Amino acid sequence: MSSPNLDVRDVARLARIELTDDEAATFQSQLGRVLEYVEQLNALDVSSVEPTAHANPVFNVLRADEARPGLERSAALANAPHAANNLVVVTKVIE
Amino acid sequence: MSNPTDLTISGLQDGYRSGAFTPVDVLRALDERITAVDPVVGAYLSRDFESAIAAAEKADINLPLGGVPIGIKDAINVLGESCTCASRMLEGFRSPYDATVISRLRAAGAIPFGRMNMDEFAMGSSTENSAWQKTRNPWDPSRIPGGSSGGSAAAVAAREAFATLGSDTGGSIRQPASLCGVVGLKPSYGRVSRYGLVAFASSLDQIGPIARSTRDCASILNVIAGKDAHDSTSLDLPAEDFTARLGGDLKGVKLGIPKEYFVDGMDQRVRESVQNAIRKCEQLGAELVDISLPHTSYAVGVYYIIATAEASANLARFDGVRYGHRAKNPKDLLDHYMRSREEGFGSEVKRRIILGTYVLSSGYYDAYYLKAQKVRTLIRRDFTEAFEKVDAIVCPTSPDLAFKLGERVDDPLRMYLADIFTIATNLAGICGISVPCGLVEEDGKSLPVGLQFLGKALDETRLLGIADAFERTGSGNILTRSDLPRPA
Repeated sequence: MSSPNLDVRDVARLARIELTDDEAATFQSQLGRVLEYVEQLNALDVSSVEPTAHANPVFNVLRADEARPGLERSAALANAPHAANNLVVVTKVIE
Repeated sequence: MSNPTDLTISGLQDGYRSGAFTPVDVLRALDERITAVDPVVGAYLSRDFESAIAAAEKADINLPLGGVPIGIKDAINVLGESCTCASRMLEGFRSPYDATVISRLRAAGAIPFGRMNMDEFAMGSSTENSAWQKTRNPWDPSRIPGGSSGGSAAAVAAREAFATLGSDTGGSIRQPASLCGVVGLKPSYGRVSRYGLVAFASSLDQIGPIARSTRDCASILNVIAGKDAHDSTSLDLPAEDFTARLGGDLKGVKLGIPKEYFVDGMDQRVRESVQNAIRKCEQLGAELVDISLPHTSYAVGVYYIIATAEASANLARFDGVRYGHRAKNPKDLLDHYMRSREEGFGSEVKRRIILGTYVLSSGYYDAYYLKAQKVRTLIRRDFTEAFEKVDAIVCPTSPDLAFKLGERVDDPLRMYLADIFTIATNLAGICGISVPCGLVEEDGKSLPVGLQFLGKALDETRLLGIADAFERTGSGNILTRSDLPRPA
């Protein structure tokens, strides 16, 4: 495991979260301590161990490819912060 | 007639059948109780009394949970009600559908009533991360109720709910149940549909009941369990009656005592209380077996890699477009995302999304995420090997008593270690239950201690039987103590 060299601002940008300077400083030290704590996993040799992604061995659950009723348009739009003409309005993507 | 709000669900149902009171009477009594105690406890974010009364008027008391009001953690969708996950991100959100557990509760005659406070997006161990309000432990209002399902547990303890639904990703049902002196069950992964539960860590999350008896938990599990086409991780299993083994003793039951769950840093009074409880199990006929779960000390580290990684992906959906908070006047799309998420999420959620993004990022994935998944295999294997020797494991639920509000908010790592005895259960996908086992006096108040039983995956019927046998030795006295808790 690599030594923690987390740059909180850089990762927050990847996660699309603006941070205040205070937050960035606090998280940097708090998460540094958490990463130091998880360094203890280095004590284990897991080179021959299979990873577990999921508690149950469930794979490829399929259903018939048939249309079925979903949410009504009005219900789907009811929680949108900005909707017009029966559509969700998004922030401009293309200049 | 005693106050119906002191009753368990089974007591309530006896009262319905004998005609002592009706579901409408009970709802009114419950609403009065909430009005009296919730200004102190702070368990409810909201409740819709008129809709609940309308449902109570039509309730069929012959159904399995006919006319029984059940409080719902604010992470579970109930059609037409708010569902905020105690986050500003979801302020004003109204659920457009019922979660599967809710439609199953309704079909069984139950009345979803009230939105229970929680740590924001279920991230926390004290319910202090709620964006809306603090919830206080009814046994001592200067203390936390545990978390993340702290509202769900505190309400049941304070007799302002008969039972509630919570969700458990690393102990979020069992730890608050322990600290509030009530019973909380985390079902095995795949036992209960997660459809309509706002996702935190999808390989770990399970919905489960919190109640004032093991029997009540079993009755609720009977209703909410089962395969659901809307959740492909829910398991298709033969129908099972989870109350089938209630009322028995522990003769011939092999209980494993894992030495790693009695650590130096834990509260000695918790240790003593749990050891006394284990002796009671022996008196009931259980055979005690010393076991080892050697990878226990790695569970918290593994969890805070896997759970944050999954959370960073799950919470990417909160982009301020289809629902949720949207920042005002964004200058471009990136600014829209960054400020909407900055303004909508609280500190703990941001911390975990950042950590999860980091452990999944290029160059760190193998070192953190893949490694954690491998250690998860070792933790699972510990349990598989233990369950070859024993029928169930008995241990403390939490290393501590309820701590003071504010005591750990600035120390996330210390807060994370509060879940040290509950986290491995979720990583392994097995089932677990916390039942009260004793009280410790502190600052002139009695604080509950929880005893945890862990069962192998899908062994809930046996687990509930064991917990019920223990409960009937006297821990039921904690559940039904009439002098506590009272409004301050």
